[in-house]
Amino acid sequence: MQLSTRHLLGIKDLSPEDIALILATASQFKDVLQRPVKKVPSLRDVTIVNLFYENSTRTRISFELAEKRLSADTINFSASASSVSKGETLLDTVNNILSMKVDMVVMRHSASGAPHFLAQHIPAAIVNAGDGINEHPTQALLDAFSIQEKLGTLEGKKIVLIGDIMHSRVALSNIYLLKKMGAEVMVAGPPTLIPKYIREALQVQVEYNLKKALEWCDVANVLRIQLERQNQVLFSSLREYNLAYGVSKKLLDGLDKEIVIMHPGPINRGVEIDSDVADSKQSIILQQVENGVAVRMAVLYLLASKKPDLV
Amino acid sequence: MKTILDKRQLHLTILRLAHQLLENHVDLKDVVFIGLQPRGVQISKLIVESIAKLCPGEKIKYGILDITFYRDDVRRELRIANTTDINFSIEGKIVILIDDVLYTGRTIRAALDALQDFGRPQKVELCVLVDRRFNRELPIQPDYCGKSIDTAFSQKVKIEWDKEEVILY
Repeated sequence: MQLSTRHLLGIKDLSPEDIALILATASQFKDVLQRPVKKVPSLRDVTIVNLFYENSTRTRISFELAEKRLSADTINFSASASSVSKGETLLDTVNNILSMKVDMVVMRHSASGAPHFLAQHIPAAIVNAGDGINEHPTQALLDAFSIQEKLGTLEGKKIVLIGDIMHSRVALSNIYLLKKMGAEVMVAGPPTLIPKYIREALQVQVEYNLKKALEWCDVANVLRIQLERQNQVLFSSLREYNLAYGVSKKLLDGLDKEIVIMHPGPINRGVEIDSDVADSKQSIILQQVENGVAVRMAVLYLLASKKPDLV
Repeated sequence: MKTILDKRQLHLTILRLAHQLLENHVDLKDVVFIGLQPRGVQISKLIVESIAKLCPGEKIKYGILDITFYRDDVRRELRIANTTDINFSIEGKIVILIDDVLYTGRTIRAALDALQDFGRPQKVELCVLVDRRFNRELPIQPDYCGKSIDTAFSQKVKIEWDKEEVILY
């Protein structure tokens, strides 16, 4: 078995078999990470560059750890400390790096479609670590892995994505993935933060009442309010948002079941989620981060073994 | 297609290997048995079961090891990883690696690499059911061997577990 793609640009391009293969491989890597020596020599002849055109803590550290645990050589690049500030184009930057014999590129960029553009122009395998408001495939994979670990399966499970659906690449990747794996998906949030035709376009349920959404679901994935991407006023204040759509202990205590709480990070405590919920036993936020390394190891391992197309 | 070991021979050979292993390691206290994924699991189970029958009451340490991530051909061919299950330390122990067929020796090389990540064994020995003795690509030899055969690289050796026989084709 092999992945059907050479790059991981988005969940959209993956088949359910691909996703199952990545998750199964990730669970083997998770075992490796529990050993005294948490490292395998699989990718010792592979060089990977981490191109981060946008800030990141978790994703970047997680990718770097995954690469190191696989024995790959890594180079880190951040746009702010590079010649990008002198006006070099994306393609020039990448071609310069590739001329130093790099096999894979992990890229985060604030423009949607940037990794897709690169994939058409360079021979190296590309892993999308988040592009603008399009996709964040490894986050969706690690979310799925965490749900599977907690609930045993994805099939038939009810998952609600809460908050800033409009600007969230995590939401889009999650919707694609969960639908492909047979889960039921709902999006919830204020009407201004939910795209108008999302119900028709992506076949998801839409709910504007947070309490109803929580009553329906098995898992609530709470998304961050992405103020940096909102160029107009979409709700009146953070405080008001918290009152209407913040997940609070009181709301959860009012449900007749215990749901699983997830958050892709970074958390705005007291905005989309309250501190006591984020730190509660129901929350698997830190397990998500832990699983991120194993999932990224699986993605890099499976892509590295794909033979490059004959150019 | 040729049968190398039929059902009766296969079981006799497994019993002989169990006896040979016990002969060399009278005290099993510091001995651990490790079957290699995927095809060494079944044979190692049978050998360990035979040993358990021969020394009732003795607690035998048995694990399985997957060497997928330690292969030297990751970038040529993708292999799907299996479970590794070693729930004891191998530090200072005598490790008996068990596999079905010894061919190029590359799997065993990877296994030796993988073992290092679980500790430093006092000694590592290799037990295989079939040794394809002239096909080696690395200087690795078995300590215990069910049957030695001469084969060409183009041929294949397989244990048919449903019929319980070893065939060459």
